[in-house]
Amino acid sequence: MVTNIVIVGVGGQGTLLASRIIGSVVVDAGYDVKVSEVHGMSQRGGSVITYVRYGDKVNSPIITEKNADIVLAFEKLEALRGLDFVKIGGKIIVNTQEIMPMPVVTGAAKYPEGIIETIADKCEIITADASKIALEVGNIKAANVVLIGVLAKNSGIEKEKWIEAVKTNVPAKFLDLNLAAFEKGYNI
Amino acid sequence: MKKLMLGNMAIARGAYEAGASVVSSYPGTPSTEITENIAKYDEIYSEWATNEKVATEVAVGASIVGARSMTCMKHVGLNVAADPLFTASYTGVGGGLVLVVADDPGMHSSQNEQDSRNYAKAAKLPMLEPADSGDCKEFVKLAYDISEKYDTPVIVRLTTRVAHSQSLVAEEERIEKPLGTYEKNIGKNVMMPAMARGRHVYVEKRMAELAEFADNSDINAIEYNDKKIGIIASGIAYQYAKEAMPEASFLKIGMVHPLPMGKIKEFAKNVDKLYVVEELDPFIEEACKVNGVDVIGKDVFTLLGEYTPELIKAGIMGEKYEEKQPSGIPVRPPVMCPGCPHRGVFHVLKKLGLTVSGDIGCYTLGAAAPLASIDVCVCMGASVSGLHGMTKARGEEFSKKSVAVIGDSTFMHSGITGLIDIVYNKGNATVIILDNAITGMTGHQQNPTTGYTIKGEETRRVDIEMLAKAIGVNRVTVADPFEVDEFEKVVKAELEAAEPSVIIARRPCALLKHVNYGAPCKVDADKCKGCKMCMKIGCPAITFKDGKAIIDPSQCNGCGLCTKICKFGAIGKQEA
Ligand SMILES: Cc1ncc(C[n+]2csc(CCOP(=O)(O)OP(=O)(O)O)c2C)c(N)n1
Repeated sequence: MVTNIVIVGVGGQGTLLASRIIGSVVVDAGYDVKVSEVHGMSQRGGSVITYVRYGDKVNSPIITEKNADIVLAFEKLEALRGLDFVKIGGKIIVNTQEIMPMPVVTGAAKYPEGIIETIADKCEIITADASKIALEVGNIKAANVVLIGVLAKNSGIEKEKWIEAVKTNVPAKFLDLNLAAFEKGYNI
Repeated sequence: MKKLMLGNMAIARGAYEAGASVVSSYPGTPSTEITENIAKYDEIYSEWATNEKVATEVAVGASIVGARSMTCMKHVGLNVAADPLFTASYTGVGGGLVLVVADDPGMHSSQNEQDSRNYAKAAKLPMLEPADSGDCKEFVKLAYDISEKYDTPVIVRLTTRVAHSQSLVAEEERIEKPLGTYEKNIGKNVMMPAMARGRHVYVEKRMAELAEFADNSDINAIEYNDKKIGIIASGIAYQYAKEAMPEASFLKIGMVHPLPMGKIKEFAKNVDKLYVVEELDPFIEEACKVNGVDVIGKDVFTLLGEYTPELIKAGIMGEKYEEKQPSGIPVRPPVMCPGCPHRGVFHVLKKLGLTVSGDIGCYTLGAAAPLASIDVCVCMGASVSGLHGMTKARGEEFSKKSVAVIGDSTFMHSGITGLIDIVYNKGNATVIILDNAITGMTGHQQNPTTGYTIKGEETRRVDIEMLAKAIGVNRVTVADPFEVDEFEKVVKAELEAAEPSVIIARRPCALLKHVNYGAPCKVDADKCKGCKMCMKIGCPAITFKDGKAIIDPSQCNGCGLCTKICKFGAIGKQEA
């Protein structure tokens, strides 16, 4: 049995930290793990996708359509794009932040309306205004850890393991902020 | 306990454990993190070289005098490094020499999709291809042993999904490799015709011995299962194929050149139907066919892009594979960051309607809408030499309406040679060097113009102004790309000049830690006329709603470029 988590977002949003935290949690839990990251061009504000797979034995580091147990979306439009990954019975966690892609800025395209409803028609959805929550705890940059909190709650892996992983993966001086962000996310 | 590591990090770990002591590289996605991780080991001397040819020569030199050395690059970097590599194949090594090359099927961050395995064949060198991070570490250590035993540089080939995927690796101790004595050996190390003829004989003998090694080594391993279908695969394609066809029999190839032809023939005999699964070129497939082994390959699999388990399964089962159709969801291409200094440059070039000979870096995004300013982009350095060709072809009038743009790292890599060509051959071109104080696109590496080494130590800085003057460019101007009016004046003046000019557009990358523009900007809705002028600079923080521009404070870094673009004074800083 392999569990598949897809993280989608916009380059620069901190999806890499999220995948590293998930990675350390599942390694600690004793699984075989593969994490496929995106570095390079698309980190400059493009769509980014990261795959995390864990289980007894993992071969391919990538996840294809209709195979994800959970999609963790850092941005609403990217959630819509990531919807195709969700498997039957899977769920999607959506940060409701909107970031306009350049074709929308230039007027060549329109930011779709009713994204949350469209998704809710297709699969289980959990929404969070992670940026707002992160601002409340002190820094918008902690939005990624808020989302990790939401994921932790839905992961079936003990909370303590997640907290350990947050501790080892964020800089010491931002630890309190990030732990607060994690709690808020966990308790949504 | 095993650790989760990127393939690139595992390559670095392998070099460390193997006792490597000199590493010289030039950054390039997806290879960059190898050398960044090597720089963390104090036992290894590491550096960012000016380009891949230089890096390879540094590694060759270190190897000849006895050090285990390494050089790492992306696939197109190997084109630049090909010259030393082909002849280092003849000299062979002193200490082990490993060249790591990372291909980019699917072109996540590249200008082409070339398959580096062809270089192993052309340069007559052994090539290993790991399939996950564990392999990465083991294969690098094996590569050093092969290199020294067979007196040959060894290439380790990665692809993006191996380089940038994390999987589990067991760390081991480093084994120091003392240098030993260096002895002069003209017959082996001075490649003039008389000596090279002798060495070519050796190279052919070596490749025959390596073919034998390939057949006996367990990095090429047969896994028999259901024998109706046999699959030959290496690297990431092996992982995908395993996922797609878990019941099939496999020959996992760890050494892609020379291939284990004996094992391939044995495997072929024992399975009913034999497939070769490989991304990009039919490299293994053609070798099989030349050797009389009947395999199915590119008849059912594409030459393009990355594979997936689904694509492989469809190919083998003879099903139709549906390419994903565009969904109608707006795409999100990469963009210049908020506060990027390149934005000011392209705003001016677009306004002046110039032909722009482009180059490779973050500034290549100047080709994207709405700035859409760049006309051409081929390879690193080609902006400068390419513009020279354009102006020689089309003459004086054209040179008054055209410029080259090139980043600081790219200028050091191979722009300077083109500029010398312009000066020497009486060219008249205007070259804009975009000095953002860092190598941006590949994630902030130091370079000779920044004044710091790979380890962050201070060093002598190459002064671009003095360099340009020293090669004979009389007109060298430094200008701030955010002072758009002044910048425009400078560009116009230099285009008119009847001799080569260099304009250094100097402002640091917005992502550098010391760059702080303070509070974000905001639009005064009363003053905004909705003219959309500010939208034309393509800043991702500026959007338009209900007839007015708005600035997203969570994205804006306060650089203030838009405040200078607005004709109505409607944009200012938010009160801090
Ligand atoms: C031969 C070759 N080597 C490496 C690369 C990878 N690469 C692409 S852009 C770039 C650096 C660009 O840095 P710079 O010129 O300073 O521009 P910036 O990105 O900072 O704007 C590199 C190394 C490449 N495309 N080709």
